[in-house]
Amino acid sequence: MKKLALTIAAGVLMIGSLSAQNKGLEIAQKADEVDQGFESSSVTLTMILTNKQGQESTRYLKNQTLELTEDGDKSLIVFDSPRDVKGTATLTFTHKEGSDDQWLYLPSIKRVKRISSDNKSGPFMGSEFAYEDLSSQEVEKYTYKFVKEETYNGQNTFVVERDPVDPKSGYTRQLVWFNKDNYRLEKIEFYDRRNAHLKTLTYSNYELYLGKHWRAGQLFMENHQTGKKTKLLFEGYEFKLGLAENDFTQNSLIRAGR
Amino acid sequence: MKNLKVLGLGFFLVLTNVVIAQEKKVYQDFSAELKFDEQFFFNEPLYEGQHRNYFSGALQPEYVVEWDDDSQTFKVVLFGRLDQYDNRRTHFDIRELYWQKVKGSTEFSVGLKKVFWGVTESSHLVDIINQTDVVESFDGEEKLGQPMVHVSQFTSFGILDFFYLPYFRKPTYPGQEGRLRTPFVLDSDEFDFHDGRSEWYPSFAARYSNSVGPFDLGLSYFHGIGREPIVADLTTFNPQFAQIDQIGLDIQATTGPVLWKYESILRQNDILDMFALVAGFEYTFGNVFNTGADVGIVAEYLYDDRDELAFNSLQNDVFTGVRLGFNDIQSTDFLFGTIIDLEHSTKLISVEGSRRVGNSWKVELEARLFRDVDQVELLYFFRQDSFAKATISKFF
Repeated sequence: MKKLALTIAAGVLMIGSLSAQNKGLEIAQKADEVDQGFESSSVTLTMILTNKQGQESTRYLKNQTLELTEDGDKSLIVFDSPRDVKGTATLTFTHKEGSDDQWLYLPSIKRVKRISSDNKSGPFMGSEFAYEDLSSQEVEKYTYKFVKEETYNGQNTFVVERDPVDPKSGYTRQLVWFNKDNYRLEKIEFYDRRNAHLKTLTYSNYELYLGKHWRAGQLFMENHQTGKKTKLLFEGYEFKLGLAENDFTQNSLIRAGR
Repeated sequence: MKNLKVLGLGFFLVLTNVVIAQEKKVYQDFSAELKFDEQFFFNEPLYEGQHRNYFSGALQPEYVVEWDDDSQTFKVVLFGRLDQYDNRRTHFDIRELYWQKVKGSTEFSVGLKKVFWGVTESSHLVDIINQTDVVESFDGEEKLGQPMVHVSQFTSFGILDFFYLPYFRKPTYPGQEGRLRTPFVLDSDEFDFHDGRSEWYPSFAARYSNSVGPFDLGLSYFHGIGREPIVADLTTFNPQFAQIDQIGLDIQATTGPVLWKYESILRQNDILDMFALVAGFEYTFGNVFNTGADVGIVAEYLYDDRDELAFNSLQNDVFTGVRLGFNDIQSTDFLFGTIIDLEHSTKLISVEGSRRVGNSWKVELEARLFRDVDQVELLYFFRQDSFAKATISKFF
């Protein structure tokens, strides 16, 4: 009798966790789905790094993205400042499964270098953003678990835990706040490999483009372990630029570096 | 020089065209780098006229304009250096001066450009389009602008590049008062062209490159005047520029944290055929101990069948290096490397480091140490020339 009760209890728990997994995945899929159809986009970024002492340092970047549905997106990032790295550019082919392909262009010697995309947890340009925080967020890169519904910052949200599939990720898990009405991201908490709260990313200044694409004007990342912060400001979003795969080649990478 | 004037006129016309056309959106940017460096040699010089301390300054202004929906570009990069003693290191060059038009998957450019091919770190065998600016850099990574017509076509099976290179540029070697030279001052103007050819003997090159899964590969062919002079016999030492045919192959396999690299060339000409290769790997430990820093280990084997006739003395050598990238706000980087000759006693040790200061300054350190240089190698001439160099650059 005791055994049976335990089995039922375990079963209920399993069904419960299964449904939590399903619900978490559904939310992530829905969030991915509602943003589909932008085809291509470009945006100018300002990155403001703040160290423990509060000293700031600013850099400018440009980003172009090509939306692909069968495989992950392609993107091109070009640095405009600091001046000594001006023209340095990266080309990334995101894959839904397996590691991404990434090339780096060094303008001073005109060299295109294929680089390892293994180092996901390393900092991007000395910032508090890791490479994996900025790469295309494909649904397949995580497993999901619905946690709860919550009012965050006056918005109704779903809180979903997502665990990176890739063992090379710097995180054990992330807690993601999805807006219940439009599925845009409101906040992410990052937990490191020892499951300690490492960073918090908050999204703000949202604007709606083409009637369906929500884009945050500001991303703010705070590292709780080091006290360092990084603010990313997005300006001049453009969509449906008519870009194609031949705008995301090694030749385009060299040209982007001017 | 005449061709430069013609080119200059051509670009003036293009430029006026831009101004007159006044397209909706014209992107323009002017920037410059000003740098000063102090080079210190640890040992007394071997040859007449040489010094131990060299101070020098260089300026590299750059202008770029894009119009016609960014499909047309005109770019000019000039370079000039003044050296305290070495009259050859005091030099001026047009690094880039070209017009480019992009249409769909095709790029067309005319003018002086720089093009890099290859994957390895310790030597750049397949990279042949541009002449090396010998007096500017010890590692040969600085190049002279090369006049060319370049067509690049992106296709579903890779990128095809074609080059017509109408003019050959001779390298410049250190002068009487410069270090890192041979006992006699080399003057490339006095080197003969084999078979009566000249700077105007045209060269052609083609390259096919593609990325397939973890592989990046390039297959190239070059026909024309070889960029490095050929020495057939060390006793007579008569360097000549000669027409060569060269096939180059470069492959990189990117598997997880490891990059596997291979480059080889097969060169044929009337004086001395050659085969050379570089093969090795680079392993990167990313975000070490969660510090954000990367540590890379590089190991490469270098082979050249010319033996002692190889200008760079890399005939049977092993390069090992450690790369430290701190990924901090100042982009602090270090590269420690050694090249050890497997047949001779020669060792070359190098340290390179750089760090940004503020938003627009950068400091760099470079040291090259020659140890136990074997007298059969050309490097023997440089055995007293171990040096350290500090550079400070300001970016405008």
